[in-house]
Amino acid sequence: MPAQLADLPWLTVLIAVPAVAAALIWLVPALRKIARPLGMAVAVLVLIGTIVMATGFDAAGGYQFTETYTWMAQLGVSWAVGVNGMGLVLILLSVVLVPIVMLASWNEVVLPEGIKAEAAAKALAYRRAGYVALLLLLEAMMIGVFAARDLFLFYILFEAMLVPVYFMIGAYGGAGRRAAAIKFLLYGLAGGLVMLAGVVLVAVRSGGGEGALLLENLADVAAGDSAAVQMWIFLTFFVAFAIKAPMVPVHTWLPDAAGQAPPGTSTLLVGVLDKVGTFGMIAICLPLFPGASAAAAPVIIVLAILSIIYGGILAIGQHDLMRMIAFSSVSHFGFIVMGVFVGTQTAMVGAMLYMVAHGVTIAALFLISGFLTQRGATADMRTYSGMQRITPVIAGTWLLAGLASLALPGLSGFVPEYLVFLGSFEAHAAYGAFAVIGVVLSALYILLAYKRIFTGPVEAARAELTDAGGRERWTIVPLVLLVLFLGFYPAPVLDLLTGPADQFVAILGSAS
Amino acid sequence: MTVTNLAWVLIAAPMFGAAVLLLAGKRSNAWGHWLGVLASAVSAVLAIGILVELLGLPAGDRASQLSLYSWIPAGDFSVDVGLLIDPLSVTFALLITFVGTLIHIYAVAYMAQDAARRRFFAYLNLFVASMLVLVLADSYALLFLGWEGVGLASYLLIGFWNHRTDYAVAANKAFFMNRVGDMGMLVAMMLMFASVGSVDFETVFAAAPGTNEGVLTATGLMLLLGACGKSAQFPLQAWLGDAMAGPTPVSALIHAATMVTAGVYLVVRSGPIFEGAPTAQLVVVIVGAITLLFGAIVGCAKDDLKKALAASTMSQIGYMMLAAGLGPIGYAFAIFHLITHGFFKAGLFLGAGSVMHGMNDEIDMRGFGNLSKYMKITWITFAAGWLAILGIPPFSGYWSKDKIIEAAFVGEGWQPWVFGLAAMVGAGITAFYMSRLFFMTFHGKARWNDGKNDLPGVEQHPHESPALMTVPMIVLAIGSVALGGVLMIGDGFTTWLEPVTGVAEHHEPVLPAPVIIIATLVLVLLGAFLAWRQYAAAEVPITPPAGSWLTRAARADLYQDATNETLVGRPGEHLTRVLTYTDTAVVDGAVGGLGSGAVGWGERWRRLQNGFVRSYASLMLVGVVLALVVVLATRV
Repeated sequence: MPAQLADLPWLTVLIAVPAVAAALIWLVPALRKIARPLGMAVAVLVLIGTIVMATGFDAAGGYQFTETYTWMAQLGVSWAVGVNGMGLVLILLSVVLVPIVMLASWNEVVLPEGIKAEAAAKALAYRRAGYVALLLLLEAMMIGVFAARDLFLFYILFEAMLVPVYFMIGAYGGAGRRAAAIKFLLYGLAGGLVMLAGVVLVAVRSGGGEGALLLENLADVAAGDSAAVQMWIFLTFFVAFAIKAPMVPVHTWLPDAAGQAPPGTSTLLVGVLDKVGTFGMIAICLPLFPGASAAAAPVIIVLAILSIIYGGILAIGQHDLMRMIAFSSVSHFGFIVMGVFVGTQTAMVGAMLYMVAHGVTIAALFLISGFLTQRGATADMRTYSGMQRITPVIAGTWLLAGLASLALPGLSGFVPEYLVFLGSFEAHAAYGAFAVIGVVLSALYILLAYKRIFTGPVEAARAELTDAGGRERWTIVPLVLLVLFLGFYPAPVLDLLTGPADQFVAILGSAS
Repeated sequence: MTVTNLAWVLIAAPMFGAAVLLLAGKRSNAWGHWLGVLASAVSAVLAIGILVELLGLPAGDRASQLSLYSWIPAGDFSVDVGLLIDPLSVTFALLITFVGTLIHIYAVAYMAQDAARRRFFAYLNLFVASMLVLVLADSYALLFLGWEGVGLASYLLIGFWNHRTDYAVAANKAFFMNRVGDMGMLVAMMLMFASVGSVDFETVFAAAPGTNEGVLTATGLMLLLGACGKSAQFPLQAWLGDAMAGPTPVSALIHAATMVTAGVYLVVRSGPIFEGAPTAQLVVVIVGAITLLFGAIVGCAKDDLKKALAASTMSQIGYMMLAAGLGPIGYAFAIFHLITHGFFKAGLFLGAGSVMHGMNDEIDMRGFGNLSKYMKITWITFAAGWLAILGIPPFSGYWSKDKIIEAAFVGEGWQPWVFGLAAMVGAGITAFYMSRLFFMTFHGKARWNDGKNDLPGVEQHPHESPALMTVPMIVLAIGSVALGGVLMIGDGFTTWLEPVTGVAEHHEPVLPAPVIIIATLVLVLLGAFLAWRQYAAAEVPITPPAGSWLTRAARADLYQDATNETLVGRPGEHLTRVLTYTDTAVVDGAVGGLGSGAVGWGERWRRLQNGFVRSYASLMLVGVVLALVVVLATRV
């Protein structure tokens, strides 16, 4: 990348473009009619911009594309952005998924009942514009949260992200959307408030002054406190992240939210937003509270293993397809959290790769399941039978996504899960030995669901349903390619992650 | 540029075939099956080319590695996609591609009436590619990729007709039981990485002699668990019988000749690990001995032709496993029997398919009889396989099975007697049930409705199958007759494998070899005679007789499903139900502090609905103000 290009404020621009576009689409009536193509153009532009930026990234370096502007000087708050390999990969994941979700939800937004015919066209355009604007706003926040190098900026975005998702579930979701949206918000809010206390406690200890809340200035910020106090401050952050991730036992909001949200929203919610939880554990908890992280690690790992097994069993027990996928994610997040805290480089790389791979896999599962449930008008798996004969493309690609989810080698789920296994066992044989039960559970929930929906005799009532059409196929293609790419050639992504993994594992290692 | 450097094409050709067939869909209906055959044939020709090249090299130079690209470069852990070309992997590659191509050709005719034939060939190609990855891999990680790939192909093909729910269940059962074995594979790799820091064959095997015996034993047992899943060995054997739901070419290729023998390959390939772990080796032998008797007993009671053959497959792999557990003395014989078995069992299955083809897909042997009159080629080729599996000299099976029985009699203490006698008795039972199914199918009185008699069932007009089916059967029959003898000339096969299996010191069995050979033959002839008396000379009842308790137990696969259901299935279902209930009733409620669950929440908060965003915004504002106050206050 030429020097003058490298000096551009890339990240600020990448955050500003979708945010401004969202505001324009929302506020300018003339733009509402072309909201979908316009939103798509912006999303693709952001994707291209991010890829161009990524080509200038040096995998061997630390934080890059850094910008730091003083924001609230007295409080030590800055607008500070920048990415290391992990942040870059997660931003790439976000900007890849947004246009895919946009394409998948192209016709998803429909009018609620009771709108008069003459007002329908306008109202529909308004609703669609709203969804596109929310998506773009969320994209801006996702880029921001993974790029934030200031604790306060991170916190603000972490909290603010709840708002667009709340509306995406509450206004555009299924029959039980309101309750689910509120539950989502309450959990998020509870976590956020606890974390706010933590942010305040950290700010107090930061010493103040310009750039006081920059993450790089906060390393081991509570070192002067007793171990117990350190632990309490650590927990304010960890609890917020564990709710977001979500870990057992604070996971119950996710199945409800994913069961009611539109599939595109679930994709971004589980695929990207929940990763902010595990991202925070790595980028905030470890460097700020290395001692407490190391001390809490054994308990957290037990909770993570519990999540793996409990989430898997619960996934087996679901009748609702979307809830099943949500519980499978609870299980998968267990692997990520375990990888973060066992303290080996292999497991840490695995956890980081897991975040990306799971984002891709879950996007494929949610979106393809969405194509099915929209056709069948229900997510209750028991009402389907023999769909492989009716919708072979949906069946085949769903199976591929499912196999990726159960970590079949050659697909996206395998390499990260394998690395977490190897690295966890290296730390303690019992970690690997218990977590490995997850491979049987994942096979059960995926293939039992496949059997229920796609095999057996064709049901007459559903025999007329059509297979995935052109737009839907173009949604699936990039996801399938990504699933295969991460399975067979994850090296380019791993190259970006090994450096940060080394760095964060070293923090944990020196503390314990 | 040598032929060996093209080894990646072995895998790429069928992989390409599978990809094209899956993507082209219905458009490839007209030519898809021939593309599948071609893809497999390309690999077969290439495999022969590699064999010829290796034979031209001195024995010590026949192993080479071909590194393709860096697969998982993750810092402390790193593994490449690399191929290991040595006598063992090339032997397998030949078996897979040669028998595979024959079965592809057979399936062109066998599946001609199926609307989704192209998809069938896509899966078959996927299988061949995965199986080649499995045997050519130079690391456990890549082997595992092939291992899971063949498992997937097996799942897809067992469930090929999954509009029948019981077939879909059979496919799932195979996958689930294999996943239990996969836990073993994964833990074995974790052990390797933790102790050696790598999962490459080269590194792991080089380090094995210096590794702690406890670690080696654990690794060996975990690998064995994986092998039990894939090879349907006790206690993970229950899926194989149900796997016969797949179309018969699948049963021949995947569930008889190749995939199910992968566990034996794994144990032999992992020789350096097992040699440092005598306990693990003993367990391998015990598993083999149990399974060979288990399969043989079940085989005696099955009236379903394919399920009887499946039980026999299980039993024969038990022999191979037993041999593989004996160490270097048994490795070559395990592989030798694996190869001859690959030929004669594939031939037997194709014969069974030919019988079904001529009999309106009838599979119950009590509805067969006297078919030798109508299907001459099927009868003769089947007879070749039958004599081979019985171990009648000079048919192929004699050479390989006899060697395993002799090797089982080697050792000290109780072991040679127990294992040797188990293997010998197993041979006698094998002779009984294989003769039983041969006579029931091809001899005795016809027990099917020919339109003139008043027997039940649809009217049958048995006829010989087309040449596309009979030619592969003839080729495999020739192998069943002669392959064993040919490979034994000058100990050619064992010498060929020596660079991999090591040179086995010669040990005398506890009984003189001629005594073992003759005693085995006597038992075999006795078994065959009993079967002839009961199923050829006497009349076979069309409805199965009630039978003794042993017959009933064997018909129920020695209660394997009931056992699994009681020990794992039902407790698992209960646990799932209880947890699903408590998650909503207890965890959700407790965490929220509200016992009423999501619905109640919604109702309660509905009133706040409109003002909610505002109150949230103000909450955030309060938070920020609070932060400001605290920070400013403490700074003063």
